[in-house]
Amino acid sequence: MRVALFLTCVNDTLCPDTGRAVVRLLTRLGVDVDFPMAQTCCGQAHYNTGYRHEAEPLARHFAEVFGEYEAVVTPSGSCGAMVRELYPRMGERARAEGRGDFLARTLAPVVPKTYELTEFLVDVLGVTDVGAFYPHTVTYHPTCHGLRALGLGDRPRRLLEPVRGLELVELPGADECCGFGGTFAVKNADVSAAMGADKVRNAASTGAEVLCAADNSCLMHLGGTMTRLRSGMRPVHLAEILASTEEEPAV
Amino acid sequence: MSGTFVGMPAFPEAARDAVRDTTLRGTLRHATHTIRAKRAKAVAEVSDWAALREAGKRIKDHTLRHLDRYLEQLEAAVTAAGGTVHWAADADEANRIVARLVQETGESEVVKVKSMATQEIGLNEALEAEGIRAYETDLAELIVQLGEDRPSHILVPAIHRNRGEIRDIFRSEMGRWGRPAPEGLTDTPAELAEAARLHLREKFLRAGVGVSGANFMVAETGTLVVVESEGNGRMCLTLPETLISVVGIEKVVPSWRDLEVFLQTLPRSSTAERMNPYTSTWTGTTDGDGPRVFHLVLLDNGRTDTLADEVGRQALRCIRCSACLNVCPVYERAGGHAYGSVYPGPIGAILSPQLRGTASDIDASLPYASSLCGACYEVCPVAIDIPEVLVHLRERVAQGGPVTRDGNKVVLRPARGHGAERAAMRAARWAFRHPGALRAGQRLASRTRRFHPRTLPGPGRAWTGSRDLPPVPAEPFRDWWQRTHGGKDGGR
Repeated sequence: MRVALFLTCVNDTLCPDTGRAVVRLLTRLGVDVDFPMAQTCCGQAHYNTGYRHEAEPLARHFAEVFGEYEAVVTPSGSCGAMVRELYPRMGERARAEGRGDFLARTLAPVVPKTYELTEFLVDVLGVTDVGAFYPHTVTYHPTCHGLRALGLGDRPRRLLEPVRGLELVELPGADECCGFGGTFAVKNADVSAAMGADKVRNAASTGAEVLCAADNSCLMHLGGTMTRLRSGMRPVHLAEILASTEEEPAV
Repeated sequence: MSGTFVGMPAFPEAARDAVRDTTLRGTLRHATHTIRAKRAKAVAEVSDWAALREAGKRIKDHTLRHLDRYLEQLEAAVTAAGGTVHWAADADEANRIVARLVQETGESEVVKVKSMATQEIGLNEALEAEGIRAYETDLAELIVQLGEDRPSHILVPAIHRNRGEIRDIFRSEMGRWGRPAPEGLTDTPAELAEAARLHLREKFLRAGVGVSGANFMVAETGTLVVVESEGNGRMCLTLPETLISVVGIEKVVPSWRDLEVFLQTLPRSSTAERMNPYTSTWTGTTDGDGPRVFHLVLLDNGRTDTLADEVGRQALRCIRCSACLNVCPVYERAGGHAYGSVYPGPIGAILSPQLRGTASDIDASLPYASSLCGACYEVCPVAIDIPEVLVHLRERVAQGGPVTRDGNKVVLRPARGHGAERAAMRAARWAFRHPGALRAGQRLASRTRRFHPRTLPGPGRAWTGSRDLPPVPAEPFRDWWQRTHGGKDGGR
């Protein structure tokens, strides 16, 4: 199977460790993963801020770059939801605006074959025990677009539970938004910060060392809040936990 | 606090004070979390909830698609049953009609059933200007009215008040409006409810005119429906000689059978009750029973314009249950007043900018008052995709585009203050279409990373005021991938 990693622009620029973790993990599971160098951004920030027309060329670019692969894997619930939920909607809107079927037809092929990482592992590869070792106490925050737009359900939990050495503790108010919300974080900074502080306090109340999520944009907001509040916790992407082994443990 | 929303600042500014008010945060957190949990339990009991939700959505969509036909059917049925139907294009017209109808009875006061439509048009203030006093009889609306306050929630408009504050308002204000609060009133719920009961009872018995809204209007029979918990609404609907109901045109449903769906989904979504305690229905007038004169004022006030928008029209499905407010993390922290409208929370954020337009600071800022977490859509009993409409309205604000205003198609220009953002979005789009440019930017960020400050000046403070910036790595992923051939060369 020809599998492409869509890392996302945020991870590529700011969180290369997550990208390396996905590559290690998938390679360990026997997947030959490619990183098409022409990839950039799915257009989510443009779309959600109200610049749908600016997002369209980025969506077309995505479809060009990833069209030839059999599966596209992304370690981001929100970018995954952008492709799967909002690309079809962009096509429909273009049609409703009298611009024909071109956009819908261009984007359609990549929609069903784009998977968020936990979906790819559980649904496509059919694994939940990925042979990971991570001797830490971890609490898991299900990010909103993964939870509600993609419906990831208990996939992340089923992947975390078999990890050796890992103690998973329940996060109070887990399904509440962390307050990142893309440009919301700066447009409504006070409310966003209050939501982030509440999430960090809930996470700290579990006694866990690590707050895990499957989306680094939320973790960037929570991590920045954690160091500011001196909570003593650290944010870690799920992929980095799943990639960690006894031979090559994550730091 | 004044009783008006006119001239409200933009949402972020209005929310700032609420976020810092720890008493208010505590009150809102407790109230919303309690009702959130109760609603979840009440909904989980219903095995066919998903089907009811879909049915509610389809009934509303069907009715809205044929709204002209159902409204004319309703008018004919109400008229045949002895009522009089009035059509109001906007708030001013509706207020003028109601004031004239009250004046024609010779009365100078009215008792009111809790109603969002009359709050929306500012009826109480309009009547006061005509020398007519309107008494709110819903307990929470009474608290808001006595406190010269504004509602902050659709279902529980005094949600921002705790028991102690309510006792103080009753003690100091009831006497000015009628029967004073009993001596030595405490803040126990039973005593507060008794004080309200005594205060309101004399108004019910005296009133010649009742004013209401309606939750539903049944087109086939001309029947209006009010759903409530306290029974005060039924007092207003049955005791006065004259009843005037002001109802938004989107409240019509085709038949009695359609109520089957909403009378299940509305109480469970709003108060978490399996069935609401009082469901009042009336059809025109009945000899020897209830009001002898009945007027129905059908209110447009931006609804037809909203209906013209393919994406935004789903907001008109709303049955005003408030479930979206109770699950919203933004509402929980910003409170209802920050939304600058009688419709706060997620539904307000998509309804107000459509009913009122996006010209004012507050209305242009409401579509951004959401992290797009989707909790509102998940609980909505008529499946309004609120995040979808929010993004659609952001587009309207940031980019302009075609809208319908007062029945005319116009093309809006982009709102002021979005120029820098628009330029940044365009620049980002250009860079993302040119991977080489993106890479150059990434490398520049990586190589200068030791010089990056921890806090940013200017607009960047919105991030670094409460959060540290993420550290920039030594090399972007794509450089590592190329250098190590995807890790195959052993590079880490």
